[in-house]
Amino acid sequence: MTVPLMISQCADPASLQGLSWLMCYLTTGKHMLFYASFGVVLLLLAVTAPIALLFGFGGAMASRSRLLPVRWFGKLYTSMVRGVPDIIFFLFVPIALDQALEWTRHQMLCDTDAPVRQGNDFVVCAAAKLPLSTSPEWVHQTYGFILAVIAFSIVFGAFAANVLYGAMQAVPRAQLETAEAYGMSQRQVNRRILIPQMWSYAIPGLSNLWMILIKATPLLFLLGIEDIVYWARELGGAKTSAFAYPHPDWRLYYFLGILVFYLAMTWGSEKILARLTRRLSAGQATMGGEALRKGAA
Amino acid sequence: MSCVQTISDYALRSIGMGERLLPRSDFTLCQQFTLIGSGLIWNLYFAFLALLVGFFLANGLAVAKTSPSRWLRKPADWFIFLFRGSPLFIQFFLAYEALVMLPRAGIEVLGITIETSWLTRAWAGALIVLILNTTAYSAQIFHGALMSVPKGDIEAADAYGLTGWHRFRRVVWPTMMRLAWPSYTNEAIFLFHATTLVFFSGFPAFQQKGDSLYYASYFADKTFNPFVAYPIVAGYFIICTLILIGLFGIANRRLNRHLPGAAKRLKYRPQIVR
Repeated sequence: MTVPLMISQCADPASLQGLSWLMCYLTTGKHMLFYASFGVVLLLLAVTAPIALLFGFGGAMASRSRLLPVRWFGKLYTSMVRGVPDIIFFLFVPIALDQALEWTRHQMLCDTDAPVRQGNDFVVCAAAKLPLSTSPEWVHQTYGFILAVIAFSIVFGAFAANVLYGAMQAVPRAQLETAEAYGMSQRQVNRRILIPQMWSYAIPGLSNLWMILIKATPLLFLLGIEDIVYWARELGGAKTSAFAYPHPDWRLYYFLGILVFYLAMTWGSEKILARLTRRLSAGQATMGGEALRKGAA
Repeated sequence: MSCVQTISDYALRSIGMGERLLPRSDFTLCQQFTLIGSGLIWNLYFAFLALLVGFFLANGLAVAKTSPSRWLRKPADWFIFLFRGSPLFIQFFLAYEALVMLPRAGIEVLGITIETSWLTRAWAGALIVLILNTTAYSAQIFHGALMSVPKGDIEAADAYGLTGWHRFRRVVWPTMMRLAWPSYTNEAIFLFHATTLVFFSGFPAFQQKGDSLYYASYFADKTFNPFVAYPIVAGYFIICTLILIGLFGIANRRLNRHLPGAAKRLKYRPQIVR
């Protein structure tokens, strides 16, 4: 990758001092990649949140299903995060998924009879590799990122299913019965009453979940993604005079920077979510809604 | 090698007792169960001590947060914001990098050299981070509960002539605990699960003495098979979580024993905290 912001005076770092050295240091190509990796975190949040919400919705609906196997599946999915640490899923899901995909491709694309598992090895033919070993670096990175997104979505989908299931149960029975008395079918009750009404009950739980999701993003590092933790360790480590910008171990300062980033993220989210909660509880038969009504009068 | 032999070799491997070399090939199920179970010692160690110490600190912090004095309230607010607003993973990294920077030879205070190298080891450094982390989360829970202690309880205490420490110890605190307990159970479970992060963050596993997830990922890496080791560690955690819920349920029943029918079952809803 080329350096986008190469100032001409940075051509000879050894001659620089003080502030101009720092300016040049902070605008090197690798630092640009570091800044871009904050985008990776934001991208993960932006992609994972809606997918997880969708998974959660599916899980909550499945838990309420009339069909026993579907209900079992929903209950299993919602309860799996209660007993098992999320990090185990983050380590397990990407490998398991990768092997499942490669195994399937192996059955379809390779014409050998050799078993995939040979002792302690997992062997598939070159054509079944994912991504192909000839593909460029960015394909490998993207593939890793997609696996990470799926792992995050499954785990946070299960959390969200818990929240949404609770919220659906919290919608007053009387409201649903009124809808039934008007002759609406089960599907209509769900779509017109249950789903619009549940949000005000779900929002505290979902706000919490968003906070947990933000705070789980550094785990991307464990999945081999070049995220902010990766770059902070890479750039912060002591650099000898063989490097253009020698410096002692600065990882502490890089991690302090990341800390500030996360504090700002959670602080900002809290402010926005508080406003959203206010808006959604307007007109609801809850304490929050009551307080709003009294405030307006 | 029989399974009994494996257990006697590896059951205490995570704390440095028994066979030093980890198995390198022909991994048996017995080896995986034993070593991952051995690593569980660390998870239990971190969770137990962090919750024990954090509980007392959190009580103090929750009271400090309600203090009328700015000098007590503001630091408490900032502490809680700092540890609740940032990822535990980053806190581990930051703590490790900061502790490594301490002078290696130790610090001289009044002619006595205080050793510092032990602080960079997981058993001490990671434990400190976990204690501070759970203190912040629990303090927020306890503060919320303290704020919802019914006014009538306080008035009743006043009517009995209870004041100061006596009123807190005999009326306010028991009610606060009772109200906070369901959320605090969630926090305990979250913290227990968070102990798996220790050896994946800044703190290295010294002489391959790691926690259960450390050994599970060791086996998954060596065998290229995630479908055995990870379910084993998941199973261990499910059992431990159920025991934890049971223990907290007993405490919950004791806290609510004066209220007939109030504490039938402790509901564990993971989304409420954190």
